[in-house]
Amino acid sequence: MKYLPLLWAGLLRRKTRTVLTLLSVVAAFTLFGMLDAVRIAFNAPNSVAGLNRLIVTSRFSIIQPLPFAYISRIQAITGVQDVAYAIWFGGIYQDRKNFFPNMAVSVQEYLTIHPELVLPAAQQQAFRHTRTGAIIGRTLAERFDWKIGDKIPLKATIFPKKDGGNIWTFDLVGIFHADRPELQGIERQMLFHYDYVDEGRLQDQGTVGWYIVQVSDPADSDRVALAIDRLFANSAHETKTQSEKDFQRSFVKQIGNIGLIVSTIMGAVFFTLILLTGNTMMQAIRERIPELAVLKTIGFPNRVVLLLVLAEAIVIMLCGGLGGLMLAHALLPVMATATSGQLNLPLTLATWLLGLALMILIGLLVGLPPALRTLRLNVVDALRG
Amino acid sequence: MAHGSKRNPAAPDTQPEQGISTAVDLIRLRGVSKSYLRGKQRVEVLHHIDLDIPEGDFIALMGPSGSGKTTLLNLIAGLDSPTHGSVTIAGQRIDRLSSGELARWRATHVGFVFQFYNLLPMLSAQKNVELPLLLTRLSAAQRRRHANIALQLVGLTERASHRPGELSGGQQQRVAIARALVSDPMLLVCDEPTGDLDRHSAEEVLRLLQRLNREYGKTMIMVTHDPKAAEHALRTRHLDKGTLVG
Repeated sequence: MKYLPLLWAGLLRRKTRTVLTLLSVVAAFTLFGMLDAVRIAFNAPNSVAGLNRLIVTSRFSIIQPLPFAYISRIQAITGVQDVAYAIWFGGIYQDRKNFFPNMAVSVQEYLTIHPELVLPAAQQQAFRHTRTGAIIGRTLAERFDWKIGDKIPLKATIFPKKDGGNIWTFDLVGIFHADRPELQGIERQMLFHYDYVDEGRLQDQGTVGWYIVQVSDPADSDRVALAIDRLFANSAHETKTQSEKDFQRSFVKQIGNIGLIVSTIMGAVFFTLILLTGNTMMQAIRERIPELAVLKTIGFPNRVVLLLVLAEAIVIMLCGGLGGLMLAHALLPVMATATSGQLNLPLTLATWLLGLALMILIGLLVGLPPALRTLRLNVVDALRG
Repeated sequence: MAHGSKRNPAAPDTQPEQGISTAVDLIRLRGVSKSYLRGKQRVEVLHHIDLDIPEGDFIALMGPSGSGKTTLLNLIAGLDSPTHGSVTIAGQRIDRLSSGELARWRATHVGFVFQFYNLLPMLSAQKNVELPLLLTRLSAAQRRRHANIALQLVGLTERASHRPGELSGGQQQRVAIARALVSDPMLLVCDEPTGDLDRHSAEEVLRLLQRLNREYGKTMIMVTHDPKAAEHALRTRHLDKGTLVG
């Protein structure tokens, strides 16, 4: 504690440089906080325990369809309450930049299994009874200013029509909203009849993209998931039963190994940070050689001078790093709101602890070369200037 | 105080770590030589110096540039070690100490005053004076009290909270003297203490050093080019080409 004034004196000697260095550390750790939240989200262990809704996809790839005939066999498993199914339609409205998720679903079961999807009773009725009917989320309706009664043409990217056409036209019969703010992401979706698409498509008829299974008792979900996958083991279409969250991750993982991408970016960021702050620390200590020589002259042991330089580097890292993580903590909810809950990533304790360890490690790495230089400092030469 | 006839009131109540003899000559150099390697060539800066300085003395070391004054001062202050010969201070062979032991020895036995003051620019005058006391076991309040007394001794109490940049050259040098005094060293080494000051400030600093020698019995060695500065010392020794000539 008694050396604190010396520490501050070193840090505040060139305020602008210290502030700029701090800002670069803040930026690096903000990025670290946000990317590590993504990494943790994508590397979280898969578990279906306690869930009442499971997703059944092909074991090999989520783009591999499953036979429609599986539905009755899944329904027969003890503990399964209801089964819905869906396919990823991937239709484009006018231009690719207008992307939004659109899926063909088994309307009756899908609405039953997804109570969070709030749709007025009359619109529900209309959706059930209109073969070409579609419902959209409130956010999507606002985005394109769509109203009930509008016809929405989607260009097929996966499923061309049997008649050779490529445009599927849907009648907008309902606009839904989520029953909880954190689920606002679903309000960007468009849903329409599986039957309409399946009958009209050129290929893959009689298959589904995935099944959504509602279990009677969430405590039993592990057993049900295992039973489903065992049922289709060694068949032509083996299954993988997982939580909805893991299913969503699988979608994003199609673009590559997210964990590796994130780790690579973080590695590059920290490598740059080490070079930048290392160079700054070297420069800062070089400028203070006469002052450090005076300390050694009046009897400060090498050990104390070395620790002072190391502490300076670690304090910069801790101040900037904690500031950066706090900024990430504040930004993640903003990002979640901006993406309507699609990117709802919390900053976990693991990220804070890993961040803290990195701050100390980088502080030691960048502080050690100038600290060792002070050890080799010849007082007589340094005083002579 | 272990040395000197009167105790410095700023001095902390800490005893020197190593035993000290009561020899009449506080400083004794015998056959001291010092050489450096300059490139591949060995250059001898000091040749076979014998020097005795009694306790309470105030000696001015004079000589032309390159004569070895500062090198001799550094050897006496334990900043450097001789190539040959012995340096005995208060009965202790400091030429035999390791660099860590020398650092501890300097902290308790020597006060330094430099030509360019060498104060830490971000610290107040008081914090600068407190620096040597950070190496003691004194509490923060005790360190503050001792620093204030040292500043009082050099007449700068009212400037305690000022940073070096807010002080004149003469005032900065007085803060440096307070820093040199605060741990009550037996020996004060001053390397051109007035070299960067105007005549008036230089006179003030020299009178202060003289007072510290007379009233507090501090043994002082001052390197200077200035004959007027040397007049304030009790004795003057001349160095030329690494040899004591007078």
